[in-house]
Amino acid sequence: MTAISAFATRAGLATGLALPALGLLAFVAVPLTASPYVLEAILLPFLALSLAGLGLNLLTGYGGQVSLGSAAFMAVGAFAAYNFDLRSGLPLPVSILLAGVTAAAIGLVFGLPSLRLRGFYLAVSTLAAQFFVQWALTKFAWFSNGSPSGIIAAPVIELAGLRLDGAVGRYLFSLSIVAAVTLLVHRIVSGPEGVNLIAVRDNETAARVIGVPVLRTKLVAFALSSAIIGVAGVLWAFTYLRTVEPAGFNLDRSFQILFIIIIGGLATLRGTFLGAALIVVFPLLLGRLSAAAFDGLIDAGLIKLTERIVLGTTIILFLIAEPNGLSAILSRLTARLRGIGRG
Amino acid sequence: MSFLTRIAPALLAATFLASPVLADDQHFPLQSYRVGPYAAGGTGFFGGFIDYMTLINTRDGGVNGVKLTWSEGETEYEVEKGVEVYQRLKSNPGIAAWNPLSVGIAYAMIDGVTADKTPLITINHGRTDTTDGRVFPYVFPLLLNPYSETSGIVNYIASKEGGPEALKGKKIAVLYHGSPYGKETIPIYELLAQKYGFDLVQIEVPHPGNEQGAQWLQIRREKPDYVVLRGWGVMNPVALTTAQRNGFPVDRIIGNVWSNSEEDVRPAGDAAIGYTAITTQASGNQYPVLQEIIKTVYDAGKGNLSDPARIGSVYHNLGIVNGILNVEAVRIAQARFGNRTLTGDEVRWGFEHLQLSPERVKELGAENLFRSINVTYDNHEGEGYVTFQQWDGQKWNVVSDWIAPDWALLRPIIEKSSEAYAKEKGLPIRSAADADAAVSN
Repeated sequence: MTAISAFATRAGLATGLALPALGLLAFVAVPLTASPYVLEAILLPFLALSLAGLGLNLLTGYGGQVSLGSAAFMAVGAFAAYNFDLRSGLPLPVSILLAGVTAAAIGLVFGLPSLRLRGFYLAVSTLAAQFFVQWALTKFAWFSNGSPSGIIAAPVIELAGLRLDGAVGRYLFSLSIVAAVTLLVHRIVSGPEGVNLIAVRDNETAARVIGVPVLRTKLVAFALSSAIIGVAGVLWAFTYLRTVEPAGFNLDRSFQILFIIIIGGLATLRGTFLGAALIVVFPLLLGRLSAAAFDGLIDAGLIKLTERIVLGTTIILFLIAEPNGLSAILSRLTARLRGIGRG
Repeated sequence: MSFLTRIAPALLAATFLASPVLADDQHFPLQSYRVGPYAAGGTGFFGGFIDYMTLINTRDGGVNGVKLTWSEGETEYEVEKGVEVYQRLKSNPGIAAWNPLSVGIAYAMIDGVTADKTPLITINHGRTDTTDGRVFPYVFPLLLNPYSETSGIVNYIASKEGGPEALKGKKIAVLYHGSPYGKETIPIYELLAQKYGFDLVQIEVPHPGNEQGAQWLQIRREKPDYVVLRGWGVMNPVALTTAQRNGFPVDRIIGNVWSNSEEDVRPAGDAAIGYTAITTQASGNQYPVLQEIIKTVYDAGKGNLSDPARIGSVYHNLGIVNGILNVEAVRIAQARFGNRTLTGDEVRWGFEHLQLSPERVKELGAENLFRSINVTYDNHEGEGYVTFQQWDGQKWNVVSDWIAPDWALLRPIIEKSSEAYAKEKGLPIRSAADADAAVSN
């Protein structure tokens, strides 16, 4: 009994320490030590995609509503923030918040079919968002401020007179937003709303019978998820690519975000970050390895195609081995380490 | 676990350390695309560029003794992959210039290259207002921007009809790709229609453009004298075959600069015979520089194209012309700063003095391959001339003289746009004196 309680306090202590340690690492150690390449090419896309994954996980992982329109909501967020910033003169964080609200409104509209449709049929109806948003952004030049080529340059990131243009500045800006939203989502999913969401996912009829407001829960999930994905779109465009173009938010991006939460683990926050890390880093690592091994020996195009096959096969094998995703693997691993520590 | 901890540092070292570049080298990082939907353009263009650099290294021992080096990163024509490659390769020493051949990637790099003080070359494409070097010191849409292309096409139609006056009352239909790229020239066609008094119909083809029945039905109703094809990828061969089905004469279809390659016409088969398209560089391998590349590079087994039949194709020749322009900019900058590895800013100075007369182009073995270029600090396009080629089912044949676009007409529109950008971004407008100073390390 004492051994168990001692272990429990130790484990509690460990998790209690893990969060500040992680924060210290991310906010202090990384900006001090990471090279510009790591910040610009790995961490910035990782943060933006993690946030998008977080938004989708709230809807799909916790709420059970499949969506293929994530990239569209990213585009809405990015273009809305650009236009608020350009036309209103409000400070950038307010523009970003308003962009989230805009994405939520659009998400709400495209979430309406979820009241009648489920699963596969809902996924198809969210595809409408994907095509409609891209069409509208290309069709009406107003959204891109009449830019002849439709591609716009992201505004300068400025916070209370402080320019955050460097890689470190943009990283910290991005990280702060992602950290804040993650805490918010954590509160939501561990509170009564989270329970409602899971109840709707697991058995809608039963949830209705015990008095869960199913319609409201679904629509709130759509709105909140779209808002978060919209903010992720702002980060993607403003802090990472520094340019906004409708073509960058295509169906491939929606699938990429869906894969992030499937690979990372549905209905886990930790899994979203693990999945995003894998999706961002694994192809780069594979590319570097094959370049180091075969450069000049085989046609460069052939190497690239082989890499794609390897990437796809790895993901398939991996999902067969652990359908619950990276998060489940990590849990097993830490449990085993604890077991070793105890023994 | 222990195996992993032992191997991890080695893996990291192998994958994250860039290969070192030797002291007196000038480096070209290449964001190439050899897979994906645009691989035909990517392999041709980057193949031509690399072939020309190989020729300079083998035949001349580099540019005045400075060897040319390059490294490649695959982008698949996707913006975020292009950005990753840019971030990865930009720490390489001695970088002369970037050449992404993708407008999306170029946009994402404008801030970065301006901070690094390294030139960004977008030959034949790119953001039109970067032509104004007063606002965009490091971006060079060499030879042809989309506005000049539009003007060049209209001037060609005028010359076929017997002069600009003959355009009055004629009808031109523009069939454009439903993307930002396709829509970019809509106001320019309107401006030219107003100026020359021709009727204009602009018809959109939604991406990807593999079904154009409705659009060609409309063209049939409108009965235009010419159709300008502003296409991309699969849209081009489908336009030609649909035109044939609808009985529109193929010799009245004029293609733009992204509808002008062998890959655009071959899939259309017989329907493409007689089709004409604009180009800044003639195709074919009869030019002396091409012959030297075949002799020095390909016969020695060092050629970059895996299929030698593509030597002299439109994209391969574009890569070679791009190579000539980059190498000559380095040479011109060396004449001022010394025969050594130059900084990006010094190469920028070289590009801003990249003036190649038709005589100099002939010395370089490229007479009739392209005409000339005349870049200055405030004109980063450099007054490139265009020509038109007709497809005979096997190869392209030049059917026009070198034609000058109406630069003076377009310049005020470009300046209006670039000055608005400068205001939005809080950028200074450079003077000639600002441009003359270059940072040497």
